[in-house]
Amino acid sequence: MFWRKKNKAAEQAVVQEPEVIVSEVIEESIAPAPEAVVEETSIPNEIPPVEEPVVEETLAEEPVVEETLAEEPVVEEVADEEAPVELVKVELPKRTLTQGFKAVFSRIKFDVENLEELEDVLIQADFGVQAAEDIVSEVKSRAKRAGARTEAELKQILTELLSEKLSRTDSALNLDSGAQPYVILVVGVNGAGKTTTIGKLANYLVEGGAKVTLGAADTFRAAAVEQLETWASRSNSEVVKPNIEGQDPAAVAYEAVEKAIANGSDVLIIDTAGRLQNKQGLMDELGKIRRVIEKQLPISEVLLVLDSTTGQNAMTQAKAFTEVAAVTGIALTKLDGSAKGGIVYAIQDQLDIPVKLVGVGEGINDFGFFDAKDFASGLVGEK
Amino acid sequence: MFGNLSERLVETFKGLRAKGKLSAADIDSTLREIRRALLEADVALEVVKTFIAAVRERALGDEVSKALNPAQQVVQIVQEELIVILGGEARRIQFAKNPPTVIMLAGLQGSGKTTLAGKLALWLKEQGQTPLLVACDLQRPNAVNQLQVIGERVGVPVFAPEAGNGSGNPVNVAKDSIKHATQKQFSVVIVDTAGRLGIDEELMKQANDIRKATDPDEVLFVIDSMIGQDAVNVAKAFEDGVGITGVVLTKLDGDARGGAALSVAQVTGKPILFSSTGEGMDAFEPFYPDRMASRILDMGDILTLIEQAQKSFDEQEAMAMAEKMAKDAFTLEDFLEQMQQIKKMGSIKNMLAMMPGAGKLKGQLDNIDEKEIDHTEAIIRAMTPKERRDPKILNGSRRLRIAKGSGMTVTDVNSLVNRFEQAAKMMKTMAKGGNPGIPGMPPGMGRAAMPKQNKGKAKKGSKSGNPAKRAAEIAGIQPPKQGNAGSSFGLGG
Repeated sequence: MFWRKKNKAAEQAVVQEPEVIVSEVIEESIAPAPEAVVEETSIPNEIPPVEEPVVEETLAEEPVVEETLAEEPVVEEVADEEAPVELVKVELPKRTLTQGFKAVFSRIKFDVENLEELEDVLIQADFGVQAAEDIVSEVKSRAKRAGARTEAELKQILTELLSEKLSRTDSALNLDSGAQPYVILVVGVNGAGKTTTIGKLANYLVEGGAKVTLGAADTFRAAAVEQLETWASRSNSEVVKPNIEGQDPAAVAYEAVEKAIANGSDVLIIDTAGRLQNKQGLMDELGKIRRVIEKQLPISEVLLVLDSTTGQNAMTQAKAFTEVAAVTGIALTKLDGSAKGGIVYAIQDQLDIPVKLVGVGEGINDFGFFDAKDFASGLVGEK
Repeated sequence: MFGNLSERLVETFKGLRAKGKLSAADIDSTLREIRRALLEADVALEVVKTFIAAVRERALGDEVSKALNPAQQVVQIVQEELIVILGGEARRIQFAKNPPTVIMLAGLQGSGKTTLAGKLALWLKEQGQTPLLVACDLQRPNAVNQLQVIGERVGVPVFAPEAGNGSGNPVNVAKDSIKHATQKQFSVVIVDTAGRLGIDEELMKQANDIRKATDPDEVLFVIDSMIGQDAVNVAKAFEDGVGITGVVLTKLDGDARGGAALSVAQVTGKPILFSSTGEGMDAFEPFYPDRMASRILDMGDILTLIEQAQKSFDEQEAMAMAEKMAKDAFTLEDFLEQMQQIKKMGSIKNMLAMMPGAGKLKGQLDNIDEKEIDHTEAIIRAMTPKERRDPKILNGSRRLRIAKGSGMTVTDVNSLVNRFEQAAKMMKTMAKGGNPGIPGMPPGMGRAAMPKQNKGKAKKGSKSGNPAKRAAEIAGIQPPKQGNAGSSFGLGG
């Protein structure tokens, strides 16, 4: 997956005593934001990925890393799965849907031929009519084949089906694209949670010992730059701001790349203004930002931030942003509410874009990596 | 992936129109399509269910069986019912007898409250009010700052004693703001609150405390028009937790169909007062239930389109043209004239974008080359009047001259002449009542010649006198369905 070229000592420290660091962070985030929902369960998970600093570059510089290697021969996969499994647990929406599913199975007598209520529940979780129909018919045929009779059996079939369809090998954050700093471009519609997601992600990377620079290329929304600055100071990362108000965002992005290279950052995260996908002019602007960055560095990740309360329009968003900005992953935010974000099923299925991050609150640690199995069992209420 | 409702209904109605009477089964299959369209527009399932049941009842009644075109009637009922739910109780902001009028904004994170506060302040200011913005979102980093910047932009003072970013008590700020407003004689107080989740009891209680502290005349629930099925849960939570008096729909300038509007209106029974429609601070307007109904059903703005088309097509000219065509006297001059009329209607792309379901045709729309009309015009203008009237005399040297004169190639000239001949032939057939295929017509060209011809034909009892339909045909985009959608729903001319 990822790692950086320096700060080996710091990293060792983090790896050895994650508990200490974590608790500090909790206190910090509580102090400025008493309202913030800091889910304790999410904390330990932030750390494991740190333990996999296994990248060629590091080897050359630091022989110590080889020891780490020996301890942890399994490189990416382990970390990827570890992180998501527990992190996704914090999602509250599962409970709601769990009730929905329970209602289905308790009210109707189980009958493979009569799964309309299952379809309803899926529609209510924003899967969309088509996906809901497809899933139901697949569940039906699998149940028939397996001779499933009981509620538990049916639930298991559904869980397996969902997790199967949602599982992919590329749902980890891609941070080994070659040239450093790794550039993450964050895009999305207005109010999806881009800046907050960046703050959390920056903090996570900094905790792992990476040097992070943030590029404030949202020069449109009032106080967006200041909002990012606040996150930068919370997460101990640097921020590159526009020189004048309302500066061309592409210019800010360009300067951010220059600065990140100059200050030896490991990761550069660029914030962009929220834009509705049908605004051609704004989408063109995004294309320009992307091209300008690529003049200096390859982009490792283009994250589309998607509000999980969004309905079927999320598909249009994903399509449009992919067209302009070549989206490589989705950050599904606000999953701590009552929304279930079922539309990502259709998006992964049809557009082949993996969900990578999940946001579950306003606290700096309220995020995790997406895990298909957990998502599926959470939805169905199987644990 | 999915066709729009109009298309699917046309499919459903095929062969139905001839019947004149709808059976219960016909109505059910129509309603199934409508149900699907509503769900795809993100109307909440429970709302869809009650809605469809209500429509079905009306549709099975006398009203429909006696109607001239029952299928049309069903759609009519659907639209009427939608409008009833969306705007049953249309009203404006209620102002307090003794100022200040207090308006409190509440909603989920990212629904657009802070921006909306600014828009509302500007709108009120233009109405002659003296609004005061109050920064009670002390949670999101720099929300206070954002409101201050917005206040500056719209020229409205902002009451922000706390810097926010997690410190300060919003209830106290709200309380103090009322005192401040009374003292300084502001007529309206707009309280911006932090975004909160419906299931977050603590924050909902805080919102309720702000409400108690300020005793607002309006509590506006701000909701993103892109929200999905969760809209019902969220709306219920805010209605129960804070108690709302009205709804504001934001980000309507996006391409979401906005079914949430219907869910929220139905679930809360509260009117939608405003919609927010763009990035600018003035992109804010009263809510129009009829437009929203069409949008949810994905019917497109057919009425506007037709109006526009009718403006540019002169009826009499069209008649004369049709006669000419019937007599085989259609010349390149007429062809040119038609093209100019098309241009009068404005950009073809823009016009097509107004068609129902056009959002899905974005890619195809981009392929239309508006330049092609200009090129054709250049070629025709490079001809002598005699050549225009009788293209048969165009020999090689004339063609070369025309090509040079118009800056095009001889191949371009040749293809134009060929297309013209085919078009003329086709029109002749059509004018005589035939229904030819449309051979070799590139977008923006051959079909450009058709509108007038159709118009004339309509007088002779043809089925298409609808300019909207022709507009769709210009680009060769799903020609008959689009147009029919309008006419078969009784929305078109």
